[in-house]
Parts: sequence; C-alpha cells; structure tokens
Amino acid sequence: MIWRPSASTTRELQAALIALLATIAVGSALMLIYGVAPAGVWLAMLDEITRDPYSLGQMLYKATGLVLCGLSVALALDAGLFNIGAEGQMTAGVLTCAVFGAALPADTPSFIAVPLCLVAAAAGGAAVGALIGVLRAKRNAHEVITSIMLNVIVAGVVLWIGNAVLFRGGTTRGGQIVDGAKLPELGLAGSAANWSIAIAIVMVLLLAWLRSRTTWGQAWRAVGRDPEAARSVGISVGRVQILVMTGAGALAGLAAANFVMGHKHAFEEGLGRNTGFIGISVALLGRTNPIGVAFAAIALGTLSAGGLAVGDKVPKELTEMLQGVVVLAVAISSVWVHRRSIASERPLVGKVT
Amino acid sequence: MIEELFTFVFWSNVLRIAVPYVLSALGGAITERAGLIDLALEAKLLFGAFTAAAVGHATGSAYAGVAGGMVAGALVAAAQTFFALRMGADQVIIGVAFNLIALAGTRFMLQLFYNVGSNSPPSPGFGDALVTNPIFWIAIVASILVPLALVHARWGLRLRAAGDRPDSLVAVGVSPTRARVAAALVGGALTGAGGAQLSLSVDGFVADMSGGRGYIALAMIILAGWRPAWAALACLGVAFANAISIELQISGSAIPRELAPLLPYVLTVVVLAIWGGSGKPPRALGKL
Repeated sequence: MIWRPSASTTRELQAALIALLATIAVGSALMLIYGVAPAGVWLAMLDEITRDPYSLGQMLYKATGLVLCGLSVALALDAGLFNIGAEGQMTAGVLTCAVFGAALPADTPSFIAVPLCLVAAAAGGAAVGALIGVLRAKRNAHEVITSIMLNVIVAGVVLWIGNAVLFRGGTTRGGQIVDGAKLPELGLAGSAANWSIAIAIVMVLLLAWLRSRTTWGQAWRAVGRDPEAARSVGISVGRVQILVMTGAGALAGLAAANFVMGHKHAFEEGLGRNTGFIGISVALLGRTNPIGVAFAAIALGTLSAGGLAVGDKVPKELTEMLQGVVVLAVAISSVWVHRRSIASERPLVGKVT
Repeated sequence: MIEELFTFVFWSNVLRIAVPYVLSALGGAITERAGLIDLALEAKLLFGAFTAAAVGHATGSAYAGVAGGMVAGALVAAAQTFFALRMGADQVIIGVAFNLIALAGTRFMLQLFYNVGSNSPPSPGFGDALVTNPIFWIAIVASILVPLALVHARWGLRLRAAGDRPDSLVAVGVSPTRARVAAALVGGALTGAGGAQLSLSVDGFVADMSGGRGYIALAMIILAGWRPAWAALACLGVAFANAISIELQISGSAIPRELAPLLPYVLTVVVLAIWGGSGKPPRALGKL
C-alpha cells in the first residue's frame, strides 16, 4: 500500500519545508554579512555530519534531547498551551535523575536502576510542568509568563542545591550515578550518542499513537482547537490543561536520560542548557506532529552540532540566531499555506470523502 | 539590614532599577490596549540596550545613545506589526521568536561589530545618576502622560477602540490597523528607552542583560488589568524586591547568594498565583 498524505499533512509538510528554506536563506544572508561564502559553510556542515562518525554521533546526541523537549512543547501546543518552560522542566529532571541515580545502592542491577532513574527524571520535570498547568487552569495565569519565571527560579534553585550539597571539591560536578543506571553509548567514534535514543523513539511512537488513535488525544486536541467547544461537549478543560502540562514536563524531564544516564553520569552545572529553548523551534518546525518533531529534531540537531563543527568559519551565535528565525518562519509559512489552501478549496459537492 | 531600607541611596536604587521595568510596562500596555499581544518586550529591551551602547560608543554622546535605543525599540515593533498584522501570524509565537532572535542576534552583532563575545566596548552613560538621566525623566513623564492619554486624548481613545471594538473604528472611517501600528511604534520606543537605561547605566552592553525584565513587565501589565498606571506601580514593587535582593547579597545575610536574585521572579509567580489573570484583557487582544 502506498502512503498517501492527507490534505492537512501535505499542508503541514509544505509549511515546514518553506520555513526550512526561508531559514537557510536568512542564514545565508547573515553569512554574507559576516563576510563568508554561505555555500561553503552549509556544505562543510553537511560534510561533517555525513562523513565523520563522531560528528554524526554528536548530532544524534543533540537530537535525542531535542526530540524529548520538542515533544514536550508540541504536546502542550496541541492542547493550546505554549510551554516555553521545557528548559526549566528539563533542568529539574536532570537534577532529580542525577541525585536519585547517585543515591541508589552501588550494586543495583540495571533492570531496576534504569527504570527508577527514568521515573525520577520524568517526575522532576512533571512537578514543574504540573505547577504551570495548575496556575493556568485554576488561577488563569498565562503559562508563558509563569514558564519564564519558573525557568529562572529552577535554574537558581538547582545551582544553589549544587553548590550547597552536590558539587565535589571545588568542581561543578556532583557524585557519579551507580553503574546500573548508566545507559551504554552507541559507539560512534567516542561521541556522546547513547541508547537513550531508544527512549526518544518510543516516546515519539507513544505520543503519535495517543494523539491520533485515543480519546485522550482527541480530548487534548479539542481543547487546543477551541476550549469553549471542548467544554460544551463535556471535556473538563482545566483537567486536560493540568494533565497535559504534567505530561509535557515529564517529557522534558526525560531528556535527562540522554544527558545524565547516557553521557555525563552525574549532575553538572549547565548540563543540556538551551535544549529546552531549542525544543520550541523543534515543536513548531515539526508542526506539533510527533513524527514531524523527530525530523525537526534531526534538522535542528544538525544545525546545532554542525554549527559547532564549522565554528572556525562562522560564530556559533549565527546558528543560534537561526533557531529563532525558524520559529518566525514557521509562524508565517503556516498561515500562508493555510490561506492558500482555503483559497483553492472547492465545494465538497459530489465528492466522496 | 532594616536600617538600609531608610537610606536615600536605597530608594534612589529602587527608582533606578524601576526605570526599565516601568518603561517596558508602559510600552507593553499601550501596545496591548491597542489589541496586539506584546510578548516581544524582551527583544525590544535587548535591541534597545545594544543600539544605545553602540550609538553611544560611536558618537561619544549618551543622549544619542538614548535616541538610538528608542529607534531600535520602534523598529522591532514595526517588524512585529508587519508579521502579526500584515502577515497574520500567531502573535504569541511571533513574540517568543523575536525574543529568541534578539538573544542570539545581539550577541551575533557583538561578534560582527566588535569581535567580542559578551561585552560591548565602553559607551558614555549616566551611571547611577537619576536627576541628570534623561531616561529617568522619560519614565516619569510617560507614567503620567500614558494613563492620561488613554482616557482623554483622541489618540488614546482610538487606540483603546482598536483593542476593544475594532469594528466601531471601522464604522467611523478609522483604520484599526493604523491605530495599532501607531500604538506599537510608541510602545516600542518607550520600551527601547528602557533598554537604553540597561546599557547606559553600566556604560556598555552585556549579553542577555535584559534578564527576563520584559516578561516580568508583561506579568505586571496583566496583573494590573492592562491599566498602565497600576502596571507602572506594580513595577515599582518589583524594583523594590530587586533592590532588597541586592541588599541581601551584599550584606552577607543567611539567604544564599544563588537564591537572593530570584526574589522578583518568585514574587511574580506568587502574585500571579494569588490574583492570577483576574483583570479583563482588551476584548480584541490577539485578534485581527
């Protein structure tokens, strides 16, 4: 059977592709302003990723964190909530995962230690997400504002806990997690890519299934489309908002599996920094579709890892700027594609749908 | 600690800290009352701060820096209205995109113009001065004029109509979009002046120096029910909390140095948790 994308999927794909091309165009213009030839930089970026197993591994490492944070933002956005707090939720997850992993008895077998640490990571993020959800549902406090405040608060509190109790001997690194909680590396030329990528893939498939095949997915998407209409068909909007934000927080927290369990094996200051923010770009570029999010994470992971690889040609600030540009480009291209499709729509008379 | 609160220095600190918050809150309130969601305050502060320092450095005049900051704020607002009103893109997402671009973009410009990572070359500024600082006076005058203009001036009435009942403006032959663009430009210039205060009070631009002030100002606008005078007053409260947290840090109190700076952020969440969004937003906020 041949896969035929539905009209709306085609539209989302078009929007994402136009946005991606526009971002590359803006990036090229910035490179020209900076005084380097764009084609050379883009080619060098792709060349690094495709030929050098180490760079490929670093890209997959970045993409793994980005998939989970991207899913976090996408899930919330599907329910009409703009979760720009994935950064704080991820940081909370990194802390709880590392602290829990270090506190386990040294001989804990991995079939116990790994699930427990994953739960700890998810719980840390979920706690922050739930707070944002409750403030939104019960106090009507805008999630964008509370998210930003909590990002700063979590960063400060986590740094304080690190300095006060975790960091060892003048470093900014806490105690090692037990061996059983460590996830093995993929073995790509000593890069940071690790088996937490399997967790990311499972989450993509789980969310894709929940979103399109279950009543839960229908409920949160109904709330996202029109909260009033959702309420009128008996959906408790407040409850959906709280549950969705809790789930979004848990997804962002799970990114700790990549950073702590898969790579650093301890709490470190600034571990995974900015992954939550780039997750916003990933979710929007992926058009909040979990499969789309996975591809967007690879695209932006390439930009992120590739941007570092060509750091001698252009400053990393340039590629960081593009992560914001892609958000703007998606916001514009999705409206544009949508308008065009409305303009070209024919009446449904006589059509079998 | 307690006696510190009664010194002249402490209260002039509060006022100095309040200036960027108050200007962002007034600028944001004007823009939002006209019906445009203004999440891009952070971007206007950052570009305003950078441009003020860059123009000040290039011309050797802090006053030129202030003008540059205001123009930069207005330019960001112009771009924002183009994408939001002309292209019809989601206003919340536009705002966050602008903030992301501003954060990396100002650092990119540091690289591009000065080949440095985080600090711009020194620019003449106003330091801790208040009475001789024109931005302080802009904030004072705006705090009085903006609330009055929204009630009494024809411009203010049109602006509010654009935010509450755009169709009523159409009925009398005035374009709501034009009223919104005008409001956004004035609001952007005010916020840009707030950005200029950030860089010109420390004689140069530092990467990420807005530190979430734009988001805090927006929280205060929402808290004040979109009334600019109350929003400005709420910002004074934030500045007070900020000044206290600085006192806590230098007086070596029992409160850890990592936690003291969090006071304004915690206060914002607590205040939102208690009063939440009980105020009424402009009826056509975010709608085209």
